[in-house]
Amino acid sequence: MKMTGAQAIVTSLEKEGVELIFGYPGGQVLPLYDALYDCKLRHVLTRHEQGAAHAADGYARATGKVGVCFATSGPGATNLITGIATAYMDSVPMVCITGQVPLSVIGKDSFQEADITGITAPITKHNYLVKNAKDLPRVIKEAFYIARTGRPGPVVIDVPKCLMTTTIDFEYPETVRLRGYKPQAEGKAAEVEAVAQALAEAKKPLFFVGGGVINAEAAPLLRRIVKTHRIPLIGSLMGLGAIPVTDPLFLGMVGMHGTVAANRAVMECDLLVGIGVRFDDRVTGLLTRFAANARVAHFDIDRAEVNKNVVADLAVVGDLRWSLAALESAMADLAGEGGRRWEDWRLQVTRWSEEAPLSYQKSDDVIKPQSVIEEIDRQTKSEAVIVTDVGQHQMWAAQYYRFQRPRSFITSGGLGTMGYGLPAAIGAQMGQPNKSVVLISGDGSFLMNCQELATAVEHRLPLKMAILNNNVLGMVRQWQKLFFNQRYSYTRFANGGTDYVRLAEAFGATGLRAERPEEMPEVIAKALATEGPVVMDIRVCADENVLPMVPAGAPLDQMINGEVK
Amino acid sequence: MRHTIAVLVENRPGVLVHIAGLIARRAFNIESITAGYTEEADVTRITIVVEGDNRNLEQVVNQLSKLVDVIKIVELTAEPSIERELALIKVKARPETRSDIVDIVEIFRAKIVDVNRETMVIELTGEETKIDALCEVLADHGIVEMVRTGKVALSRKPGAAKDSE
Ligand SMILES: Cc1ncc(C[n+]2csc(CCOP(=O)(O)OP(=O)(O)O)c2C)c(N)n1
Repeated sequence: MKMTGAQAIVTSLEKEGVELIFGYPGGQVLPLYDALYDCKLRHVLTRHEQGAAHAADGYARATGKVGVCFATSGPGATNLITGIATAYMDSVPMVCITGQVPLSVIGKDSFQEADITGITAPITKHNYLVKNAKDLPRVIKEAFYIARTGRPGPVVIDVPKCLMTTTIDFEYPETVRLRGYKPQAEGKAAEVEAVAQALAEAKKPLFFVGGGVINAEAAPLLRRIVKTHRIPLIGSLMGLGAIPVTDPLFLGMVGMHGTVAANRAVMECDLLVGIGVRFDDRVTGLLTRFAANARVAHFDIDRAEVNKNVVADLAVVGDLRWSLAALESAMADLAGEGGRRWEDWRLQVTRWSEEAPLSYQKSDDVIKPQSVIEEIDRQTKSEAVIVTDVGQHQMWAAQYYRFQRPRSFITSGGLGTMGYGLPAAIGAQMGQPNKSVVLISGDGSFLMNCQELATAVEHRLPLKMAILNNNVLGMVRQWQKLFFNQRYSYTRFANGGTDYVRLAEAFGATGLRAERPEEMPEVIAKALATEGPVVMDIRVCADENVLPMVPAGAPLDQMINGEVK
Repeated sequence: MRHTIAVLVENRPGVLVHIAGLIARRAFNIESITAGYTEEADVTRITIVVEGDNRNLEQVVNQLSKLVDVIKIVELTAEPSIERELALIKVKARPETRSDIVDIVEIFRAKIVDVNRETMVIELTGEETKIDALCEVLADHGIVEMVRTGKVALSRKPGAAKDSE
């Protein structure tokens, strides 16, 4: 069939089953937007390209589908960068299509020209500068395949404007041929058996669950293994939700703001089985002391993760749906025991959990930020999709919300991107229209992309947004307090505070405020009962620290406020 | 320890930049990197010499393997292989020193490829150490300028890198 390059892009996206595109138009994508005008694809106009990228990311994380965003050349494309880098660090499948100046003027510093494939090379799984209009269908087919298979990640397709208006013979390829890209679904059975053997020999085994389990949709398998063998688990920030955090075997998040039980368990276990984790420095603390008494087994789809940070004694490379299923069968002999061989260890670690739960000083005078998360958890019955920004509120959300399902916690873990929350929540809500989506943000982060309130209002999203407003850049302030002699350099907003209720109203959303502890539950209840987007300005005390805390570079057993009582 | 790896990549614009960028970003220690055509028109072969322990090498290979445009990576240090480098050396040559330089060139089985009143250009192909040795001897005469290609290498085994396991 004959069509223009722009129509070919749109038709290819339809063939890929795309439902939603987040984007922002401009000169070099005009033909593409023209093609969108009369097709079935739904396009959401965000108010900033960064918002489009984060929304596509939030959509992808909430649904497991590939997120798609569009931007024009030059500034449009560079505005996507933070969003692409955020998705890359957390292995989120995304396809970003950017306009580029026409081929005849590429390289001439033309108006709104930026070398976007050059700029995004280190933050994409792959990228393309398309030079020939007839390549567009193949490139799009490949891009979606690369984005969602193997270890997922963002792919950028840069399309010079002239290609969008060139007429081609459209044919959508059935298969991809990429000789340099063959994601390895199945690994070696012997590697799995070695881990099963090590587990049988271990006295103190510990599973360490990461975002890979959620990406691979392998959580049900993992739950089955854990149910049978009753091996204790810890989670990374990205792994929260893979196992219900209320499961007694789940000791909580590990690392800098991990629980006492999780961090102690790492230091004492004799076999640590990392599953879809990358042993990030926020998890390991001082690397040389991390799991110092343990053999390490590492399950991952990405071979390059093995031995990158932590040296693995045993490694299983492959899709977790394959490797965990293989582990389940390899452990079949032990199934009858119901985990009795690790009983002492299990009792020990669950005792640590009971003895040193997460805790904070309650108050009747000021609103404690932790109590806000607990109240949201209570009122949403632990069933909401929680999206966060970055800072103290993010860590409190991770600590105090009781996640039950995969894809119920959406947060920028690897890059730690402030401003991620609101647009990601929009994407998540659009991907899961029937779920209750709650954004937990800080006053600093919220202001970084608050323009997206306009998008939420335009689409009448039932999004509920709680700003834990402490009038400071809380997490930075916490570091200044603990490590810089309380020299609070530029972490207070000294403009007298922003009125978030009026801000919400200016955008056409509902704004509510809680200043006193007794008002807070009512405000949350009212927000949840109100239709459309609601912003809650919750005035929390500024002097609170996220605890426990392992200082950067310290071993995991050196925790501030981590003593076992 | 030094490792020589051969990387077969799609012959596309930007691939070399991508590889060089990845190496720089991950702070791998690269001694030399060379690229050129192969028997297949759409494949470029890049020879990289990396300095580091086995774990560094593993990371370099694994990270490079992740690039979609990388078709194959073979570590040549691990198998018998032929390694060569090419150097062009412009050396000062006055009438009274010329015969001395010609002798040196013969001993090294190098070639004189250009001569003028003041200088000669010498070409030498060989292993790195041989080129180092020639440079050292010629230094007495005064090296005006020099260019070396960096190492290229090929396995002695019968098959091709692209078909190896
Ligand atoms: C884009 C970006 N800039 C700067 C930082 C550094 N940073 C990390 S947390 C933080 C403070 C966040 O403040 P706020 O959103 O108010 O949340 P709080 O910590 O007060 O809960 C800052 C500035 C970051 N993570 N991202």
